[in-house]
Amino acid sequence: MPRVVVDVVLKPEISDPQGQAVLGALGRLGHDSVRSVRQGKHFVLEVDGTPDEAELKQIAETLLANPVIEDVELHLPKD
Amino acid sequence: MRIGVITFPGSLDDVDAARAVRLAGGEPVALWHGDHDLKDVDAVVLPGGFSYGDYLRAGAIAARSPLMQDVVAAAGGGLPVLGICNGFQVLCEAGLLPGTLTRNSHLHFRNRDQLLRVERADTAWTSDYAEGQQILVPVKNGEGRYVAADADLDRLEGENRVVFRYVEGNPNGSSRDIAGVTSENGRVVGLMPHPEHAVEDLTGPSTDGLGFFTSVLKAVVAA
Repeated sequence: MPRVVVDVVLKPEISDPQGQAVLGALGRLGHDSVRSVRQGKHFVLEVDGTPDEAELKQIAETLLANPVIEDVELHLPKD
Repeated sequence: MRIGVITFPGSLDDVDAARAVRLAGGEPVALWHGDHDLKDVDAVVLPGGFSYGDYLRAGAIAARSPLMQDVVAAAGGGLPVLGICNGFQVLCEAGLLPGTLTRNSHLHFRNRDQLLRVERADTAWTSDYAEGQQILVPVKNGEGRYVAADADLDRLEGENRVVFRYVEGNPNGSSRDIAGVTSENGRVVGLMPHPEHAVEDLTGPSTDGLGFFTSVLKAVVAA
């Protein structure tokens, strides 16, 4: 069954206190080379038949992400 | 005067909201999220809580429930709608109010009595207050930080749609100390703090919250 992956990330201008907390923990663990952490969501959808890109885009942009603060990246299966 | 209170799976404050309606002199009407029936109510309250466990985003799944389709349609016709805390999150997710609510900037759940300044005393839910008045009501949230793009915030302020601001400390890092906003027509109001928990001396820090529920009774009569 085709798998479609949707990544939801905060828009760059929206602050991410959870990512900052992770960054702080990394610093305490000695990982000084990490400059920034942004936390997002990763959805894996299994769909019947050939994925309909327009429909999946709609699903991603109207439910999986809130366009006020988030951007989506849609990854369709390679042919 | 029939004021509906919607219960979603995970609502917590629906009983308190109904009690506040009763204390203000209205008749609370229980509404269920899964029905397509507003039961001829004159106004609707979306209560606080954790609908659908805050899964996906706070309020996101509740905003797509069957009854919310009816609420969105009725709000378009001028039905007064109040969203408190999780109810505010649902209204933003449903597109009835601008912006959205996200994780508190300090990452802690914040629970305290909070002073608010009334910025608009001409909405359906705030006419019994005076502009500039300060009210004391509980605030309790983990995802109560009001955010929107700067351009959208500028537009909101330009349209005078901020109804409440936090004073003497911002509990969650909300942009521009915004605690509550309204729709263009002033009929839909959402705020993170809890007026329904401030309606009796015995249980609240004040009775300042009662004004929401007395205001809407007048708004309904005037309509």
